[in-house]
Amino acid sequence: MGDFEPKIAAFLCNWCAYAGADLAGVSRLQYPSNLRTVRVMCSGRVDPGFIIKAFKQGCDGVLVSG
Amino acid sequence: MNIELKTLSEIGKIKGTAGNFQVEITSQPRYIDEEKCIACGLCAEKCPKKVTDPYNTGLAKRKSAYVEYAQAVPLKYAIDDQTCIYFQKNGKCGACKKLCPTEAVDFEQKPTTAVLDVGAVILSPGFKPFDPSRFDNYSYASLPNVITSIEMERILAATGPTGGHLTRRSDDKEPKKIAWFQCVGSRDLNKCDNAYCSSVCCMYSIKEAVIAKEHAGDALDCAIFYMDTRTHGKEFEKFYNNAKDKGVRFVNSRVHTVDPVDGSDDLEVRYVTPEGEIATEIFDMIVLSVGVEISPEIINLAQRLDLDLSAGNFCETAAVDPVATSREGIYVCGAFQGPKDIPESIMEASSAACRAGMTLSAVRDELVKEKTLPEEISVEGQENRIGVFVCNCGTNIGGIADVPAIAEYARSLPGVAYVEENLFSCSQDTQEKMVEVIKEQKLNRIVVAACTPRTHEPLFQETVRNAGLNSYLFEMANIRNQCTWVHANEKDKATDKSKDLVRMAVARAALLDPISDVTVEVNKSALVIGGGAAGMTAALSLAEQGFPATIVERSSAIGGQARDLTQTWKGQAVQPVLDDMIARVEKHPDVTVLLDSEVTDATGFVGNFETQVSTNGSSQTIAHGGIIMATGGEATDTTEYLYGQNDRVSRWHDLEHHPEKLKDARTVVFIQCVGSREDQRPYCSRICCTGSILQAIAIKQADPDKNVFILYRDIRTYGEREALYKQARELGIIFIRFNLERKPEVTETADGLDVKVFDPVLQRDLLIKADLVNLATAIKPADNGKLASLYKLPLNSENFFMEAHAKLRPVECATDGIFLCGLAHYPKSLDESIAQAQAAASRAATVLSKASISISPLVSMVDTEKCIGCGLCTEVCAFGAIVLDEVEGKGYRARNISASCKGCGLCASSCPQLAIDMLHFKNEQIEAAVNAVV
Repeated sequence: MGDFEPKIAAFLCNWCAYAGADLAGVSRLQYPSNLRTVRVMCSGRVDPGFIIKAFKQGCDGVLVSG
Repeated sequence: MNIELKTLSEIGKIKGTAGNFQVEITSQPRYIDEEKCIACGLCAEKCPKKVTDPYNTGLAKRKSAYVEYAQAVPLKYAIDDQTCIYFQKNGKCGACKKLCPTEAVDFEQKPTTAVLDVGAVILSPGFKPFDPSRFDNYSYASLPNVITSIEMERILAATGPTGGHLTRRSDDKEPKKIAWFQCVGSRDLNKCDNAYCSSVCCMYSIKEAVIAKEHAGDALDCAIFYMDTRTHGKEFEKFYNNAKDKGVRFVNSRVHTVDPVDGSDDLEVRYVTPEGEIATEIFDMIVLSVGVEISPEIINLAQRLDLDLSAGNFCETAAVDPVATSREGIYVCGAFQGPKDIPESIMEASSAACRAGMTLSAVRDELVKEKTLPEEISVEGQENRIGVFVCNCGTNIGGIADVPAIAEYARSLPGVAYVEENLFSCSQDTQEKMVEVIKEQKLNRIVVAACTPRTHEPLFQETVRNAGLNSYLFEMANIRNQCTWVHANEKDKATDKSKDLVRMAVARAALLDPISDVTVEVNKSALVIGGGAAGMTAALSLAEQGFPATIVERSSAIGGQARDLTQTWKGQAVQPVLDDMIARVEKHPDVTVLLDSEVTDATGFVGNFETQVSTNGSSQTIAHGGIIMATGGEATDTTEYLYGQNDRVSRWHDLEHHPEKLKDARTVVFIQCVGSREDQRPYCSRICCTGSILQAIAIKQADPDKNVFILYRDIRTYGEREALYKQARELGIIFIRFNLERKPEVTETADGLDVKVFDPVLQRDLLIKADLVNLATAIKPADNGKLASLYKLPLNSENFFMEAHAKLRPVECATDGIFLCGLAHYPKSLDESIAQAQAAASRAATVLSKASISISPLVSMVDTEKCIGCGLCTEVCAFGAIVLDEVEGKGYRARNISASCKGCGLCASSCPQLAIDMLHFKNEQIEAAVNAVV
């Protein structure tokens, strides 16, 4: 498990979580680079199908934040 | 485009009169060309001169080349010539000029002067925090662990000098005990000249204490030393109660001395307890909750402009025209008008805009600039020719990720026809080149891999549009904020992630469709619900700008609660002003009043509402473009303190209206917070302290021999109302504090009333033989439930309407085109209701002044072929933006109301038939990005 680098798909709400991820950048907070972000206009837009699709594509984790 | 910012500028004199002012402006040099600066930050990075950073209250350093703070507008750097080596040492240095990639540095800039011709002026010069250095007893100047609340703000901020880590200054130790001292530089004529209450400090101190505990853990001991807690704003009392639940201690005392503790950096606080005992306690750190003050520069400005100032040096205004200065055509808002918090400042800013709009309404739109755009090229049926622009952002991206490798990778992606690397994709010259490249290469989808779409998407969309493409054929890959900035030490991983993000963006871009702008026509009239002072002011403010307004009033007369008021807190008689207002409403050709009327049904959306109004049983439909909710409120009834059982017990203005009752009375007792700040109404009714004190003063002034008592929990005479509290005490009115556990008791006697109250100073029960008791009962909103459900507006738990954003959008409802003012929002005084009504009118005018309004086209689209009419979408939509229509032979089908849609997509993800898709965030577009993740 030591070298395991998960691929994580992240659905972030444009108005809060995505803005928060931007602010983390402005504040130069460092975190692991495993996240791949898909911007949505609201976490309510995230159809459960998208999450299944992400896993099917080989993602190890999915983050929905909003 | 229609706002010009003149930074580093000062106003000299203003000549002329309302409608025709000449304003002298002197602008100091920035030494950096605003047009050229792209805010890359290289000048500050390379500047060798470190200076104290005033934004971080001196707790950190910045450079002589600097931007004041990260969110500064305009985001342009400046050079401080007072510290810059180039200016101070005859041209030595100049590193910034050599290194600036856009040659924006210009040491030759000189101050410039200009005269602006304007019709109206709005002053919003703000305040400065009180400097407590002169208070010897708190040793702020000599003890490093005594700091101001402003310094505490920076220490608690993630972007602050300690990165949000809570430490004290002397030894970087994490404090275990922190004390806040309230009213430093406020409510104090003894040590400074500020008699007024600064209004905001109680709330910000409680907030700081709560945040400090969140940062440092529950074990952190936070104590707030206060005279009266003043949490009179909307939802503030609940925040105060929560803070108490979280363990923040509130000590009712004004601390007189702070002493250093020998052998440590700790601090000993000496104070008198409410019981009159001297107590000492040791803290690690002390925060002085400094008040607001008008700076000498602003006082000077006011004198130059010939404006009257109040006793506290705030701009003098009349309570019934709260943003108009003593000079016609010049308006004021924010802390210069009087101490106030963010929502009130924003409200007042809209109010000032309203008054300026009324002054200028005859010439509306004459100087408005509009942009012309090239015709849009159709890309239908074309094969994808995607252009990818990879930005270095100076070294922000290029210094970490391998930009040439990312560009090379982008070339290999399907559909990509052109790839370019830019030093700064957002710079003016790159933008111009981008337009040319798009045209030359016949690109039809554009991807920019750079910073965040949240700040730069509009800019690039405009560029794309300037090249003739639809602005929605554009996508960004955020490889700076969400990649190189947060993976600065993992260069290879940052490059890999950037490639992935570009691949996802290209995959999505390949499926983007052009979207046409959606515009709807606007009915240029408003419906005002409620005919009190707020509703009338809103209607008049709109009508005087040329927008007809219809007032719907439930009762048989307009005037509302203001009919009960004798005087404003500034001492102006209310009734003549109200009579004048009613007369103007009745006379105005553009104001229609419907009495005995109620709203029974409503449909529509911003610019196009239709409301059913029933007047004495007969119904009519009114079409209008905007709505102002001014449904008001009223004083509650109570069964406490013998109210309703004994004629000697009255409430609110009963006594004022029956002066004969006072004639033979020797002792009058006012009881505050009757039903407010208790479990059933856990909010402060805000106006009662000032209201009772005004009445008490009038009684005492009419007959100094009468005994007048005010029994209170905290006196909340915020702002310059504090002067009334002081005057009341000087007149001999006796104030006795009680708490919820030991409320006063009123009993009937043969010749009057016995009022028993526990006096915390004397530590014993007092018995007051009273002739009259007057109760300040809680203020409650009107029954807003029906309107809330008709217009889909949220109410808070006490049935006041909720604003779209508690701080930043205090008069807008979450539904576009609906605005809020007066007691329907929260209890407030007449001047505050008038200001908010003007603000609501101003915000409504931003809708009504347009022939048509553009709405975001990123909206929901129902495919009626797939829809089965289940109605799930209408149920989940919080904005009333999907409705069900009955279709003959098919049952129901969903229909979009695009003007109300916020684009959240909840309907799309809920639809069991996949019959709903979101423009620009279609299923296939999102899925393309998801498929490209790995």
